[in-house]
Amino acid sequence: MSAVDAPERSDPSGRGAAFSGTTGGEELTIVEPLIFARSRDERRGVRFPTASDRALNHADGQPELPASALRAAAPRLPEVTELDLLRHFNRLAHLNHAIDLGFYPLGSCTMKYNPKVNEWAARLPGLADSHPLDPEPMSQGSLELMWLLGELLKEVSGFPAISLQPAAGAHGELTGMLMTRAYHRANGEGETRTKVLVPDSAHGTNPATASMVGYQTVTIRSNERGGIDLDALRGALGPDVAALMITNPSTLGIFEDQIDQVIAAVQDAGAIAYMDGANLNAILGRFQPGAAGFDIMHFNLHKTFSTPHGGGGPGAGPVGVSERLAPFLPSPIPVLAEGDADEVRANAWAGRSTPGARFALDDDRPGSIGKVRSCHGNFGMFVRAYTYIRSNGGSGLRTISDDAVLAANYLRVRLRGTYDLPYDRISKHEVVFSGRRQKREHGVTTLDIAKAILDHGIHPPTIYFPLIVEEALMVEPTETESLETLDQFVDVMEEIARTAATDSAAIKRAPITTPVGRLDEAAAARRPDLRHQFADAPAATAPGSPPTPEAPTA
Amino acid sequence: MAYPDDLRYSKEHEWVRAEDGRATIGITSFAADELGDIVFVELPEVGTALTQFGSFGVVESVKAVSDLYAPVSGEVVEVNEAVRDAPELLNSDPFGEGWIARVVLSEATELDALMDADGYAAETA
Amino acid sequence: MVYSPHTEADRARMLAAVGVATVDALFDDIPSAVRAGDWAVPPPLVEQDVRAELARLAGRNRIPDVSFLGAGVYRHLVPSVVGEVIGRPEFATSYTPYQPEVSQGTLQSIYEFQSLICELTGMEVATASHYDGATATAEAALMACRLTRRSRVAVSAGVNPDYRRVLETYCSGPGIEVLTVPLDLAETGSGTSDAARVEALVTDDVACLIVAQPNFYGQIEPMRDLAEAAHAVGAQFVAVVEPTSLAILEAPGAYGADIVAAEGQPLGIPASFGGPYVGLMAARMATVRQMPGRLVGAARDGSGRKGYVLTLQAREQHIRREKAASNICTNQALMALAATTYLTAVGPAGLHEVADLSSVQARHTAGALEAAGLAERRFGGSYFAEVTLRLPDAARRHAALVEQGIVAGYLPERDEPALNDTLLVAATELTSDEDIERLVAALESTR
Repeated sequence: MSAVDAPERSDPSGRGAAFSGTTGGEELTIVEPLIFARSRDERRGVRFPTASDRALNHADGQPELPASALRAAAPRLPEVTELDLLRHFNRLAHLNHAIDLGFYPLGSCTMKYNPKVNEWAARLPGLADSHPLDPEPMSQGSLELMWLLGELLKEVSGFPAISLQPAAGAHGELTGMLMTRAYHRANGEGETRTKVLVPDSAHGTNPATASMVGYQTVTIRSNERGGIDLDALRGALGPDVAALMITNPSTLGIFEDQIDQVIAAVQDAGAIAYMDGANLNAILGRFQPGAAGFDIMHFNLHKTFSTPHGGGGPGAGPVGVSERLAPFLPSPIPVLAEGDADEVRANAWAGRSTPGARFALDDDRPGSIGKVRSCHGNFGMFVRAYTYIRSNGGSGLRTISDDAVLAANYLRVRLRGTYDLPYDRISKHEVVFSGRRQKREHGVTTLDIAKAILDHGIHPPTIYFPLIVEEALMVEPTETESLETLDQFVDVMEEIARTAATDSAAIKRAPITTPVGRLDEAAAARRPDLRHQFADAPAATAPGSPPTPEAPTA
Repeated sequence: MAYPDDLRYSKEHEWVRAEDGRATIGITSFAADELGDIVFVELPEVGTALTQFGSFGVVESVKAVSDLYAPVSGEVVEVNEAVRDAPELLNSDPFGEGWIARVVLSEATELDALMDADGYAAETA
Repeated sequence: MVYSPHTEADRARMLAAVGVATVDALFDDIPSAVRAGDWAVPPPLVEQDVRAELARLAGRNRIPDVSFLGAGVYRHLVPSVVGEVIGRPEFATSYTPYQPEVSQGTLQSIYEFQSLICELTGMEVATASHYDGATATAEAALMACRLTRRSRVAVSAGVNPDYRRVLETYCSGPGIEVLTVPLDLAETGSGTSDAARVEALVTDDVACLIVAQPNFYGQIEPMRDLAEAAHAVGAQFVAVVEPTSLAILEAPGAYGADIVAAEGQPLGIPASFGGPYVGLMAARMATVRQMPGRLVGAARDGSGRKGYVLTLQAREQHIRREKAASNICTNQALMALAATTYLTAVGPAGLHEVADLSSVQARHTAGALEAAGLAERRFGGSYFAEVTLRLPDAARRHAALVEQGIVAGYLPERDEPALNDTLLVAATELTSDEDIERLVAALESTR
């Protein structure tokens, strides 16, 4: 823990850390005890019916559960009323910053507005209550939605084939790398192609994914313009390389302006060209990876396509692939089993169903790598992404990238005098600054700057990534922030830079207006406390009897 | 920066104190500072054979992970149990209480391949 | 509609500041050979038209009037409070809590989730979630391989076939061999993992034995004995469990599980055609550094105030990169919050009511069908809330019932040819006595 004096915390209520009374207004700090502290013996929330006599009669002839399989002690779940539950979670919600509250320029995460009509759609009972194993005749709506989303994503990306199955971007990467291996195996090169190349600016999931598939990662340096060094890449390519995994635009927010040569070099060497699609928000309507020649790309529906981040998930990571990789896609795939694809699409774009069209799940795919998750994928996110794409339309998707890129460049030029800009060239949807000047001249690190930003009600940019930039500060405004928000952010960043020069101690004390100050992460990791421990009361011994009540924790 | 001059140093920021055919091994203050607050040390098992410059364990901080590379070859005869419960010793006393393992040296001439205190200071300047 | 707020005046101001005439100039660095051409994405829709389109698709689904389909995804009541909590924008539109000072809501709720999963499973540590039960199972197998440094895993054929497919896919990466322990599928046999085959297959080069409780066919496995068989050869015992059953069935921690994997969908998450769901994973504290996925721990700030942080992050991809335990980044955080809300809303008494009623209604269904001479139990031995029945001409009759809006259950012959002419029937607390009468009458009409 850094040697910083514990700051004065403003707490006009005087209630302090053991606060458990009524909320006193947004300016007060609120500390909410664990839900277990609200538990009282025999309190009930939701109730359920008891079995009828008829049920018990019929159940009588059936085998009993063996005593050895029964639970000895009931689980000590909290016993609270619905009201207490709601108060608890509502008060916890008060402790969070979120897109719906304020600016969230986290680079590489694309924290754009999550439209609420997407939520309305996902909650439609016809979609929300659809069981994944319901017979296909009962699931035509779900299957059509998946097929249409696939068609739209293919159109956007230029890939001829797609799977919606992966549940997140990293999951899509895993899928892509497994397909890469299957492809090389089919060509008799499965044992010889053992390496995956990644640029030194790569996101950590890329090498982690390569390892999960048994590949060795080789890092390729970036050039002085922030793109992958083509000579270094060519030098590293050879018959032992399975793939290049590259993000485009890069994690520096810079478009790989030699991307056509990169793809050609990789494929000439017999390797697979994989694009990490995390930064797709920058290039909608401008660059189609599949048309440009990439073999595989994963989409992040929770980034470019606006599905909400949910505090860390769920997301969805569909993969688009070229023809030569299509046989290896995960199974099953939704297909149009009967009907003309052009007609079905044209009707759907006009808001109509096509009589006689029938969708099915094609599970007869002998070359498939298998399954990467149960069922068909994060369908609820497909509903949201489909709703989003239909809302925006083709012209809207183009506007997204135009505005996202313009906003990022606006911040680039407005802040480049104040913070070092390692790569001062036209960026795409995000821009990476460096806090090294503030560190060198005033001892204020990027971490300190991030904590100071918190005190202005803004979520900090991504810090310390990519690894090739010292004291990195990655800013991604997205297309949904107004000019006054962008200008306010510039003002805040300039003020912090001024304060760093005149009163660095104030920056190092930040944040002081948040519910908690900087937490001692070292102590947390040294002596991990990862779950609530109950006081030493014996739990009930018979299943069904309520647990012994918990003394409220201090 | 002056480093203890009774020790030898490797490029990977480990130090060795050799006495009577035995060597005590640890990481330097430079390494500890780079890592930040150390939260965990994966110690080798007693009896393990170390090879000079081969990896033999891991040091973790909150924000980074580093392999440990043996500065000398030998069999591990003792490990510092204290750092299991108090990994912060590697930050507070890296050359003393924060030692990691003791080995029986298998090849004393290996020490010649390591730097002395001045050499290491120049290396890390 | 578009969600960008910028007017042409705004854009002009920004363009002037950047020093380019048009926004096209910002894309000049895309090589002309790879610039995008036209695309066939339909034009935008205003809200009422978007709604109509989604309603059209929703309307093309037929939600059955009566359903006895489970097979890994269960129709339980989703209490109203669950939607209220996960619909809160502070939970839904926030990111992974990398800046803990403004994420205490998310972090504390994850700590509570971890605590509840530990309590339910009887284990010492639980992660912040995985994609689903299948990937949690696969990750558990990979974890067992890391812990034992062995490269073969044994999985019971009683584990959900979808999970086993995912397990094989995940194991194909690092070249881990998957052995399948068959079930005793004899008529009125146990329907559980064949003990003799366990003995033969689980040898001292096997990293783990993975068994489901209850298993996919509803049967109760002898978990304690199976755990012993695994431990006897130094292998890990991985239990794949159904979370509502843990109100009544023994916690895996008590019968010797080393790692627990589960699908959390039954805990307040709708079926939603397969996702998003939530994978649960729990283990012993001694092995925490080999666990994949995020972990939240308690911490103090400079004033001594208690808070929560992501911890032990050195295991994860953003720090450990190619040496990470797993590549997982985005997980299922909001669905974990749904599960937390559900478990809190129902409490121990409510969860027991759900488990009890599900179990009684399953017995009621089997009993009513037996009494009507329509079906019999395919296996001996006990079951929990799902049961495999022998049903002559099952496939034809199942299809006939679909026409009537009734899904009678799942047809196991899809995965196990030896189980042709059987039906896997699931009941929950939402299964009414009338539903069961309708099922009986409908099957009767298809004799």
